[in-house]
Amino acid sequence: MSIYSTLTPEQFDAIGQELDAIRNREIADLGEKDEKYIRNLIKRQRQLEVAGRGLLFAGFLPPAWLAGVACLSAAKILDNMEIGHNVMHGQYDWMGDKEINSRKFDWDNTCTNTAWKHTHNFEHHTFTNVLDKDHDIGYGILRMSEDQEWEPRFILNPILAVILSTFFQHFVAVQSLKLEDYLIYKTKTKEELKAEFKPTWKKMRKQLVKDYLLFPALAGPFFPFVFAGNVAANLARNLWSSQVIFNGHFPEEVEQFPESVLEDESRGHWYVRQMLGSANFEGGRLMHIMSGNLSFQIEHHLFPDIPAHRYAALSPEVKAICEKYGLPYNTGSFMKQSLSVWKRIFKMALPGKAKPSDKGLRGKVVALMGESQSDSRKAA
Amino acid sequence: MSATTQTSSRFQQGLSRLLQSRVAEVLSYPHGVDRYLEVFNPVWSATEVRARVEAVQHLTADSVTLTLKPNANWEGFVPGQFVQLTVSINGKLHTRCYSPANSLHRKDGTIELTAKAHADGFVSRYLREGVRIGDVVTLSQAGGEFALPELRPERVLLISGGSGITPVMSMLRTLCDEGFKGDITFLHYANRAEDMIYAGEVAEIAKRFDNVTVLRAFADEQDGGELSGLFSSEHLFNSVPGFAQATTFLCGPPPMMAAVEKVWEEQGISDRLHKEQFTLATAVVDDSESAEGEVRFARSETLVTNDGNNLLEQAEAAGLTPESGCRMGICYSCTCKKTAGKVRDLRTGEISSGDEEDIQLCVSVPVGTVTLDI
Repeated sequence: MSIYSTLTPEQFDAIGQELDAIRNREIADLGEKDEKYIRNLIKRQRQLEVAGRGLLFAGFLPPAWLAGVACLSAAKILDNMEIGHNVMHGQYDWMGDKEINSRKFDWDNTCTNTAWKHTHNFEHHTFTNVLDKDHDIGYGILRMSEDQEWEPRFILNPILAVILSTFFQHFVAVQSLKLEDYLIYKTKTKEELKAEFKPTWKKMRKQLVKDYLLFPALAGPFFPFVFAGNVAANLARNLWSSQVIFNGHFPEEVEQFPESVLEDESRGHWYVRQMLGSANFEGGRLMHIMSGNLSFQIEHHLFPDIPAHRYAALSPEVKAICEKYGLPYNTGSFMKQSLSVWKRIFKMALPGKAKPSDKGLRGKVVALMGESQSDSRKAA
Repeated sequence: MSATTQTSSRFQQGLSRLLQSRVAEVLSYPHGVDRYLEVFNPVWSATEVRARVEAVQHLTADSVTLTLKPNANWEGFVPGQFVQLTVSINGKLHTRCYSPANSLHRKDGTIELTAKAHADGFVSRYLREGVRIGDVVTLSQAGGEFALPELRPERVLLISGGSGITPVMSMLRTLCDEGFKGDITFLHYANRAEDMIYAGEVAEIAKRFDNVTVLRAFADEQDGGELSGLFSSEHLFNSVPGFAQATTFLCGPPPMMAAVEKVWEEQGISDRLHKEQFTLATAVVDDSESAEGEVRFARSETLVTNDGNNLLEQAEAAGLTPESGCRMGICYSCTCKKTAGKVRDLRTGEISSGDEEDIQLCVSVPVGTVTLDI
C-alpha cells in the first residue's frame, strides 16, 4: 500500500505547512548571492561555447577537435540544464532582468520556450507522474508504467528509449505536438499537427542552420570537422540530459498516480505526490551543476521556482520531513539510478501485471483509460 | 578630426554593422550578440547603452554625483532631458529617471548624474552608498520634451527646487560654455544653504558671467540667500524684472511647481513655461484586506473594479484570456508585466513595489489600483 493512501488529512496539511515555510524563507532570502551565481554561470557557459566553437575551427588537429567537442558539449549542457531549464522555471524572474527571465529566455535547443513551458512547467510539474496527464511518463513513445496499457509497439521499448535519448532535443521540441495522437491514436488531424508544428519548425531550422550549416561553412575547407564536432556536442548533450531526466522520475521505486488523485488535491497532497514521484542521485558539486541540480529532483519538484543552486542546502531539511512522516526519499548513485531506470524500460517492454497492492488505484486507471482514453489524452 | 579618429570611427561603424547583421544573429542564436559581447567586457553591447562609473562625488551630505562614461551606442542628449538609469540592488534591477547635469559641450564624453538620497529613496540611497568606481550601469537613450531649444531663447529664467537643479544646471552650464549673451536668471530653492547641490559652481558662474543673475532662497534660513523662504510670486515681481518676457524652465517638487505654474497662468503666459516634474506624487497604499481600486488591462483597454480575487481570475472574469497554466504559482505561464500599482503575493503575503515589474497573475491580488500590460 502506498504511503500516499495511509497519511491522514492532518498529516498532509502539516507537510504542506512545513514545506511552505521553507519555500517562504528561501523566497525572502533571494538576492545578490543568486544573481552572482546565475550571472557567473552564464559567463562561464558563454566562454565555454566561444572556446568550443573556436577550437573546432582547428578541428583538423585531433586534440583541438576533442577539446572543442568537450567545451561545446559542456556549454550546451550548462545552457540547457542549469541555466535554461532553471531560468524558464522563473527561478530568476524576481531579478527583473529582461534577458534572464522565464518569458524571454531561449536556449540552445530546438524546443521553443513556449512549448517547453507548457509541457514541462505546466503539464509535467503540475501533474507530475499522473498517468495521461504528465506526458513525461514515456513522452508518448515509451511505456514507463504498469498502468500504461501495453501495446505491441512497446516491445521495442529499449530501442525506442535509445532513439529518444539520441535525438532528445528534437523529441522534446515536438513533445507538445503529442505526435502519438496523430500517428497511433488518430485523434489529431494532419492539419492540426501542421499548424502546431510551425513555430517549432521555425526554431528547429534556426538551430540546425547554425550548428550544421553556418558554423561549418565558416570553417571553409574544414567544414566536415566542425560539422562532426557539432553533431558530437549535440549528441553528448542529448544523451546526458535524457539520462539525468530519466533518473529523476523513472527509477523503479518512483510512484505513478491515477488521474483521480487530482480531484480536490490539497497543497499537502501535491507536495507528497512530488516527493513520491521524484528521485535524486548523488554526486559532487560539478555533477550537480552539470545536471542542472536535477540530481535534487525531489527538491526541484517541491520548489520548482527556487534557484536550483539552493537545493543542495535544502535537501537535509526535506529528507528530515520525509523521515518524520515515513515518506521515502529516493536517492542513490548516478549508476544505481540509471540501472534502475533501464531495468524499468526493459520490464515495461513486456505486458506486465500491476503490483497487487496498487490494485485499488489501478482499477480506476484502467477503467478510465478504457472509457475515455482519447478524451483524456486530448485534455492533457 | 584627425585621420586616426576617422579610421577608428569608421572601424567602429563597420563593427557595429557587422554585429547587427543577419549572420551575427544566426551565429549567436538564440541568445543574441550582446550576450556574448558582455562576457568579454560588461560595457560592450551592439545596441544597448551601458556606462562605466568613472567618479563618485558627494557635493552635499545627502547627494551623490556620478560621472558615467557611456559606450558608443549613446546618442547624446539635449540639456533638460532625462535618461533611465538601471542598477542592480541585491540581485534585483531597478530603473529610475535622472537628468544629466553636465554641459552639452563636455569634451571627455562623460555624463554626470546627480541624485539626492531621500530617506525613502531606495535607489537614490543605493546610488549614494553602494555605487563604486568601475561599476557598470545600463542607461536608456535620453528622452523628454523638457529641453533647451536648438534656437536659444533671448532670455532665460531657470527655476529649480532641491534636486530639480540637475536639468537646469545642464542648461546653465551649456549656455555659459557657448558664450550665450542673453540674460540668464537662475532662481533656486533649497531647505538650507548646505543642501544646495552645485552651490559652489553656481556662485562661481555668477561671478564670472555678467549676464547671469543667481537668486537663492533657503526655506529654513532667513539670511542664507539673496531671497528667503519658499517660492512666492513676490520673489518674481520684486527680484526678476521682466520674467514674463523670459523663456522659463522649471523643475522641482510638486508643490513648488504648482505655485510657479499658478503665477504663469495668472499672467496668461503659460506657453513660456517649460516644466519637468521629477517626482511623482506617491500613491496611497491600501493595506487592508478589503478590495479597493481598479484593475486596468491596458493593452485590451479593459477596466474592472477590483473584486479581491487573484488577477488571473479577474482577467478571465473580464473576458480576457491571458496565457495560464497551473494556477498555483509554479509554472509561470501567466507571468505578465505590471506597469503600475502594487500587488500582494497570495503565498507569502508580501506586497510588491509599485514599479514596473513582472508578476504571476494567478498568485497576485491587487492592493489598490493596478495596471497590467494585457
